[in-house]
Amino acid sequence: MTVRVLPGSVKIFSGVEYSTDYKYMCSDPGQNLIKEAIHKYRLDAIVVGSCSPHMHERTFRNAAVSAGINPFMVEIANLREHCSWVHDDIESSTHKAIELVRMAIEKVKRDKPLTKINVPVTKRVLVIGGGIAGIQAALDVANAGYEVVLVEKEPSIGGHMSQLSETFPTLDCSQCILTPRMVEVHQHPKIKLLSYSEVVKVEGFIGNFKVTIKKKARHINEDLCSGCGLCITKCPIKKKAYNSFEEDLAFRSAIYIPFPQAIPNIPVIDETVCTYYKTGKCGMCVKVCDRQAIDFDQKDTMLVADIGAIIVATGFKLYSIDKKSADSKYKGYGEYGYGKYRDVIDGLQFERIASASGPTSGEIKRPSDGKEPKKIAFIQCVGSRDDSKGISYCSKICCMYTAKQAMLYKHKVHDGEAYIFYMDIRAGGKMYEEFVRRAIEEDDVKYIRGRVSRIYEKNGKYIVKGEDTIAGMPVEIEADMIVLATAMIPQDNAADLARTIGVPYDKYGFYNESHPKLKPVESTTAGIFLAGACQSPKDIPESVAMASAAACKTIILLSSDTLEREPVVAKVNEDLCAGCFYCKKVCPFGAVEVKDVKDINGIVYKEVAYINQGVCQGCGTCTATCLSKSIELAGFNNEEIFAEIAAL
Amino acid sequence: MDKQKWEPKIVAFVCNWCTYTGADLAGTSRMKYPANTKMIRVMCSGSIDPVFILKAFERGADGVLISGCHPNDCHYNAGNFHARRRWDFFHELLDFIGIEKGRLQFSWISASEGKKFADVISKVTKDIKALGPFTDYQKMNSEFTAFFPEETAEDHEVLNKVEEIV
Repeated sequence: MTVRVLPGSVKIFSGVEYSTDYKYMCSDPGQNLIKEAIHKYRLDAIVVGSCSPHMHERTFRNAAVSAGINPFMVEIANLREHCSWVHDDIESSTHKAIELVRMAIEKVKRDKPLTKINVPVTKRVLVIGGGIAGIQAALDVANAGYEVVLVEKEPSIGGHMSQLSETFPTLDCSQCILTPRMVEVHQHPKIKLLSYSEVVKVEGFIGNFKVTIKKKARHINEDLCSGCGLCITKCPIKKKAYNSFEEDLAFRSAIYIPFPQAIPNIPVIDETVCTYYKTGKCGMCVKVCDRQAIDFDQKDTMLVADIGAIIVATGFKLYSIDKKSADSKYKGYGEYGYGKYRDVIDGLQFERIASASGPTSGEIKRPSDGKEPKKIAFIQCVGSRDDSKGISYCSKICCMYTAKQAMLYKHKVHDGEAYIFYMDIRAGGKMYEEFVRRAIEEDDVKYIRGRVSRIYEKNGKYIVKGEDTIAGMPVEIEADMIVLATAMIPQDNAADLARTIGVPYDKYGFYNESHPKLKPVESTTAGIFLAGACQSPKDIPESVAMASAAACKTIILLSSDTLEREPVVAKVNEDLCAGCFYCKKVCPFGAVEVKDVKDINGIVYKEVAYINQGVCQGCGTCTATCLSKSIELAGFNNEEIFAEIAAL
Repeated sequence: MDKQKWEPKIVAFVCNWCTYTGADLAGTSRMKYPANTKMIRVMCSGSIDPVFILKAFERGADGVLISGCHPNDCHYNAGNFHARRRWDFFHELLDFIGIEKGRLQFSWISASEGKKFADVISKVTKDIKALGPFTDYQKMNSEFTAFFPEETAEDHEVLNKVEEIV
């Protein structure tokens, strides 16, 4: 593309008063050139032929403002990313550049000055999810002095981190570093903790959300319960429900707290197994509770909170190798027995077995017969990086936790042998590579590069058939127990929740950030931020860093009393509006309201659509849907687009 | 018309968040594609009115491309679903109003798919080239303007004066 012919060529278009070129228009001297031209030629609009508007639109708008013209009277013709960088042919690309500038000229001629919109801000933050990311975000925001509502769907906060035995690469006890944070959340005067609760509805917009939260019935009066735990010890139903905190390796009673350090330390009654809900009898817990805290008739309650910003930290779950239904996006591992072998466990189950507070009190015993496994095989990338199972991404943490688990095993079973089947070792992180080397060199963990094709049972042992791709030969190991590093996948209800709160998600169900590099914690919905593994697989330090970043972004948002918003919003021409309200049906944000139009006597003679400027995000779906063409999107109205089309 | 020299004119209506950014990425990655397509940026594919497309054909476009975010990836949550529904329907009507279906194409291109953007533009350009120039609407347009002559400069002056007086 030949830049030097452009100023002369575009000068001939009607309305162009002055045109010039400069090498770095975004630099200070370049901006001064624009400002001087505005003063000298008394321009009221400018077109910049430059890089993408996503880069320097703001720069040029600010330059326009400082020269005294409205920032929205600036249009950018994208001559770099969309023209000079992508076309080799000089003649045709120069021609295209002229046309692009002409389109921008025609648009800017029809642009109208716009002013930014101010909306008030509610100084309260909702954090969804009480895992380590949610805890960190809640504490950061609360310590900055703002109110926080922390919603957790389980009876206790803590998330997956509370289940872990030790953490890599330091091998410090997970609960020992987590529980002080949990207590801090509980004691913080600015944090309102709603455990065993779920967000069911989010309305409104940045700074002004209205959130409905369902508080599920615990069947315990939280104000009366002292958390003594007598009801739990006396509950006769001991072996009817698996303990999900122990990853189903143990049972729990019908009335239970998930784990000893649970926050809040208030039990929950599981209606599905409790005898009272089946026969109307028993009531042992009522008899032993001297505070009369048991309330069998308690119902779910709905709370509504005004919220200024939302941090989503809903975390992940582990993929399981079970046989999947035909419509599932995942496939199970038939070659590993679809989960029918009791000693083929996943990473979280091993964490519980290795944990001192777990079902085996930290002794490594295999689930089937409680014997100590002398030979253990770890298999990495089960599900992860496997398109045929429906997951093509890397789960990121498995290389590290497998090394950790092999190490923990060797520390507890000195004469045991640990084998790890891996594809690649991805140990990127501070002290991570060194940690893996330690597993190999100090703890004598045997790494085998290759995939496992089959696992089957033979005489109480599990035969692991795989391949050593470095030695170039098949291997067969007779293991006592097998640990699968299964993939991290989004929570089951991730997509439903995304639709409830209004954040987009990718094909797996992980929530999308606004920009992969420059806006990693913002969701694309203004005022909603992301933290932790709900966005993509992450380890603890990354989740914590992201949570603090999201908290920081939230604090920035709440630090001002009003909020400035881009004025790209839709507006209804009330004279033309026929009141069909198709726009109301299609609006993804519920920004369209019904407005009564009154005559001089105050009598309503028609209903028209009214667009709440604070709620409208400016997508313009209503403008295309409107039958009478009475809605216009500021900055992208039909006249402007027609002018662009006409300029082609 | 000289088929050898003729180059199709293609208009692309793209959403600001995915396809426009994807096109930026194609540029940043220096991918090459034919220069026939000019893009018009809108905020969301949901805001593209079918009238825009007809207008583009009327104004001499030989082909139109519509592109937005992948389903579920819409910046505005649902705009592209509305767009998809609208286009499925509108596409069927094209034949009826005398435009070959192939002249209007759709695709989902996300902000990270620079390569896909370049491929789609190349493919669309090739397809439209194969279809040849589209003149029916322009012919109709010229008949229309012959019937309703455009405002002359004099008309403008008169109108301006009227406005001033009013």
